[in-house]
Amino acid sequence: MAQLTDPRFPPGAYPLVVVGSGPGALQLTYSLRRLGIEHAVVSQDQTPGGMFRKWPIFQRMLSWTKPFADQQRGSRAYERYDWNSMLADEQEHRAIMPSVMDGTSYFPSRPEMERCLATFAERTGLQIRHGCRWESTRVLDDKEFVLETTDGEYRTQNVVFAVGVAEPWRPSVLEVDGIQQYGDLRPVETYRDHRVFIVGKQNSGFEIASGLLPWARQIVLASPSPTQLSVATRSLVGVRARYVQPYEDWALAGGVIILDASIEGVERRGDGFTVRTKNPQEERSRIFEVDDVIAATGFTTPLRDLPKLGVATFGQSRLPAQTPFWESATVRGIFFAGTIMQGSQGLRKHGIPSNSGAVQGYRYNARVLARHLAETRFGVRPKRPKLQPDEVVPFLLREASKGPELWHQRSYLARVVSIDAGEGITDQGIQPLAYFVDDDKGVDGVAIALESNGREDPYPAVYVRLQGRVARERLLRPDPLLDFEGESYRRELSDALDPILDQALTRTVQ
Amino acid sequence: MEVRQDVVDILSGFALFADLTTPELENIVQTFGEVYFSEGERVIRQGLTATGFYVIVDGTALIRVDGKDRTKLRPGDYFGEISCLLGESPTADIVAERPLRCLVLAPTALEEFLIAHPHVMYRVLQGEARKLRTTTRWLS
Repeated sequence: MAQLTDPRFPPGAYPLVVVGSGPGALQLTYSLRRLGIEHAVVSQDQTPGGMFRKWPIFQRMLSWTKPFADQQRGSRAYERYDWNSMLADEQEHRAIMPSVMDGTSYFPSRPEMERCLATFAERTGLQIRHGCRWESTRVLDDKEFVLETTDGEYRTQNVVFAVGVAEPWRPSVLEVDGIQQYGDLRPVETYRDHRVFIVGKQNSGFEIASGLLPWARQIVLASPSPTQLSVATRSLVGVRARYVQPYEDWALAGGVIILDASIEGVERRGDGFTVRTKNPQEERSRIFEVDDVIAATGFTTPLRDLPKLGVATFGQSRLPAQTPFWESATVRGIFFAGTIMQGSQGLRKHGIPSNSGAVQGYRYNARVLARHLAETRFGVRPKRPKLQPDEVVPFLLREASKGPELWHQRSYLARVVSIDAGEGITDQGIQPLAYFVDDDKGVDGVAIALESNGREDPYPAVYVRLQGRVARERLLRPDPLLDFEGESYRRELSDALDPILDQALTRTVQ
Repeated sequence: MEVRQDVVDILSGFALFADLTTPELENIVQTFGEVYFSEGERVIRQGLTATGFYVIVDGTALIRVDGKDRTKLRPGDYFGEISCLLGESPTADIVAERPLRCLVLAPTALEEFLIAHPHVMYRVLQGEARKLRTTTRWLS
């Protein structure tokens, strides 16, 4: 074994290697250290921060941190209002984000986010070998991975890739010289009085349009699917309110054009471009003569040679298919952290995905993953608190009202309490909901999650596993004040849990 | 543009989408999400609400009722439409028999999609009629 205490993690053999130094990797290595799991962390970057060292391009985050909220700063419940800080066990390392913000906006600036992450890494003493680029991978004797890096070889049986989904992607029709892409835009003043055609109507397209509104003569946003707005879907699906201004400009006929259309072709024309579009419902094409074309057509996962090792991927982003605990569905021992975790899709109830593509979601996944690795790969089993039967209902409702994991990862992460004749009633902590409902070998118990249906306020959902099977769910009512601890909720949840708690009580008495 | 041509090519061979033009197929690839399931993984869970409308692109799945396997689904087959249309829990598990790749549409989006694509709606209706016929034969 290499010297595990060496902060620079020289090449060699390690029980676990984490690749990356963005928020996903930082949260994971912090959580692993607190569990006493030895591992190496390598990153091609020179400092912590991942993509936030350079993006968002217009220098303002899309995730908020409210300096003043209805919960005490630094408390667990406050995390619901602070989407950007890393999670910590120690009080002094919590809620770092609001302490580095200048107060001009509750959306931190990019430099503030970078500072937040660097401060967390520094204060918690995280060790990372920076400037060490993972270049290729191979398997040795069917049991060990060898990571070739710019510094040498790392050998391990378990590796976590936290390398982001931040490689801009564009379709072949946009492979035309001069088309710009998210990440390589010119200074905004160079778009003065230009006609700008943006391909893509997701957040990145609208972010660019928002930034160019004061400069461009005309902005066209086009893609086949209609625009969705987060305020309409009541989820992170759709364009966030911060970038909606171009949408209002379009709605009020201010000059922005939003088209549901395919791009049939793009050609250079002198200093500009000719863009041909077509809507499937219309017979004719439309022609646009513009000065600039910008591709905001999404991002892919930089998995390098992992697909050749058998790592299955799917979708345009080439996300790796994953188990509920973020392990490659096809190659055991390869895990993922950070925004790549969105490849483990969970139940996707009502078609709403998890928030695993954002810091506020995947920071909790990282903590669950750290515990999973500790228990399944290293035999380290953190102690679980015991509960009395009469504590179960208020405990679960408190979690539904204030548990940040449930608020940020709806229908995805759940608080689980097991009920076992021998072991009694045990708080099993936070688990992936898909794991709870699909683990037919698990002990009986209950999981509570928060859910959204895209129309109403969020509501608690209760899943009871009896005799090894989750047969149905119990959806509690939404509450406009988002408080689920009242008497009516206690009654409703007690009714739902009666069968399983009665059994436990009977066994306890016997 | 912005679509994966390999998926468009696969969809063009499915009966469900047989009446659509290439731009319409490209639009479908844009409108639907893509999901992957490992062997043995549940796609739809009996008794749990709010699933989705799935079209199998690659792989096979099993319809499992109360733990008992009933029928196999193959590329081009679709499932989840009944619970989406009725707003009720599925009456069966759908389990990936082999690695399974599907296109998926949220339950709330199915109505709008079918109304915008009447030929697909007609094909779905034919599929439901076949299921009804099979059930009637079985009952009689």
